[in-house]
Amino acid sequence: MRGALAIDSRKLGRWALLTAATLAMLYILAPLISVTWLSFYEQEIPSFPPEGYSLRWYKLITGNARFVDGLLLSVQLGVSATAIGLFVGVPAALCLSRFRFPGRETLNNLLLLPLMVPGVVLGTALYVFHVEAEIATGGRFAILGSTLGLLSGHVLVVIPWVVRLVLASLAGFDRTLEEAAQNLGADRWTTFRRITLPGILPGVVAGAMFGFVASFGNLEMSLFLVGPGRTTLPIAILQYLEWKIDPSIAAVSVVQIVLIGTAMLVTDRFVKISRVV
Amino acid sequence: MARLELNQLSKRYGDFFAARDVTLDVADGEFLVLLGPSGCGKTTTLRMIAGFVEPTSGAVRIGDNDVTQLPAWKRNTGLVFQSYALFPHLTVAQNVAFGLEMRKAPRSEITQRVGEALELVRLGHLGDRLPRQLSGGQQQRVALARALAFQPDVLLLDEPLSNLDAKLRQEVRVEIRKLQQSLNLTTVMVTHDQEEALTMADRLVVMSEGAVRQVGSQRDLYERPADRFVAGFVGRSSFLSGSLETPERFRSAGGIAVACRPSTVAIGPATLALRPERVTVTPEAISDVENGFVGEVEFVSYLGGLIDLHVRLSPSDLVIAQIPNREDGFMPRTGDKVHVGWTVASASVFPGSGDDADSADL
Repeated sequence: MRGALAIDSRKLGRWALLTAATLAMLYILAPLISVTWLSFYEQEIPSFPPEGYSLRWYKLITGNARFVDGLLLSVQLGVSATAIGLFVGVPAALCLSRFRFPGRETLNNLLLLPLMVPGVVLGTALYVFHVEAEIATGGRFAILGSTLGLLSGHVLVVIPWVVRLVLASLAGFDRTLEEAAQNLGADRWTTFRRITLPGILPGVVAGAMFGFVASFGNLEMSLFLVGPGRTTLPIAILQYLEWKIDPSIAAVSVVQIVLIGTAMLVTDRFVKISRVV
Repeated sequence: MARLELNQLSKRYGDFFAARDVTLDVADGEFLVLLGPSGCGKTTTLRMIAGFVEPTSGAVRIGDNDVTQLPAWKRNTGLVFQSYALFPHLTVAQNVAFGLEMRKAPRSEITQRVGEALELVRLGHLGDRLPRQLSGGQQQRVALARALAFQPDVLLLDEPLSNLDAKLRQEVRVEIRKLQQSLNLTTVMVTHDQEEALTMADRLVVMSEGAVRQVGSQRDLYERPADRFVAGFVGRSSFLSGSLETPERFRSAGGIAVACRPSTVAIGPATLALRPERVTVTPEAISDVENGFVGEVEFVSYLGGLIDLHVRLSPSDLVIAQIPNREDGFMPRTGDKVHVGWTVASASVFPGSGDDADSADL
């Protein structure tokens, strides 16, 4: 009697787990699936059931200069911000994990701050700073609305991801390997290049990946920093939505999802990001 | 290979000396073992030789060069790490080639030397594997090959056998010793395992609390320990505390008078150390022994070929005897009265009658 009950409750537990997992998966995937479905609708008004299917919205967005320019700017921004973020973030993570110095904790938190401050606040702060900087320098430092200003904001968004993920992979890195390399005749730089970097590569790549995605999808902060005529893809989408709602937005989203998804899958083939994240 | 000299090498962290005035001279081709309990400074000393710990004072010389100020990568020492520290993303052959690449050796020479080094440790066929695909013993041999391939001036071994299982350890230590002798490698090994130290070394250095306690051959350390610590750490000893009455007579706290060889120890409080296998145990009194006593067997451990006996000679005097387990031999039991004896030459006397922890390994 008790045996049968025990088996039943185990079975029940497994079913409960399975159900919860399925629901959670559905919850995560439902928007992606419905957006993808919507992007192939024939009719302009996104109503259910669809009247038919076509690729007209994809054709439409490739002809829309705002979307195309936005995508190009977003990619350029993301790549540059990620490059700079790596250049700053990797050495910062190395210092944080290797050295004990006064203010280390403060620095650690400071580097994470952009992740925790709401994008609107970050954007306002940078906007005010840019304005003040321009006034203080008598207009010589005209950073407001420039690509440089926008880029500097995006670098801020990238850095926390790089620092956090590189720190994570450094925690699992055996420093005896560095001593072994030095014992074999490698100076500090060679040791870093040949031994440390390959060891923490999954963290670096994951940091770059997440940093890029964060920059690419950033809307709130960018709203404050873009100049006239230069908009990122998320802003272009927002502006389009102000006038009409049609499946072309869904098509743009699908293009984004595919781009980022592909990048993730390709990267994961070479470097096991899953080991870090 | 070259000679290695340490001159009054010290490392201080605040008030704590990790190593204090370590002076050693390792001859060309000599196998020197630093032996001591954990925290005795042996690893610190090794790391100062390799260049990973900067000495507070003193000097390290390799061959004719003072390398004290040189960074690790310019010292030309080959270190085998306790954890092996093989580069996980490089193949076995690439690991072994690393030191040669750093020395800008030509490609053809690298290939040849890597092959030779791997043959030396009998791993020539595994060059393309990654370290994680090898067993612990094989990884250890790769580490050795990597440390030797670039022909270092000095080979340094940091507890190289501690991660191997007991049986393999015995084989590997013979292997390393043979290799060291055939290549005439100047070698310094760190270990806390005295059996390992005794079987491999040309000369041993016993360290404790950062300082060198004694330097000598296996026999020197065993027969003539310099102090009570060495007598307790190298081999086993039973200690009797008491005092030296005359230069040749020791009286224990329990009142036993022991004849001993004349020593330079001052008259006064002293400790007598006795090797267990030098103590004879018989059922009847022996006439021709210099020190003969009657005691009661307190504890017997049967070790197979040997039998360990704890014999109480007085309320405060306990002696350990190790006797062979012979077919015709007698087998004392707990509570038996037995006669124990030892020759004058078997005991060593050290100053001070401290009841400190040195006798903990009784």
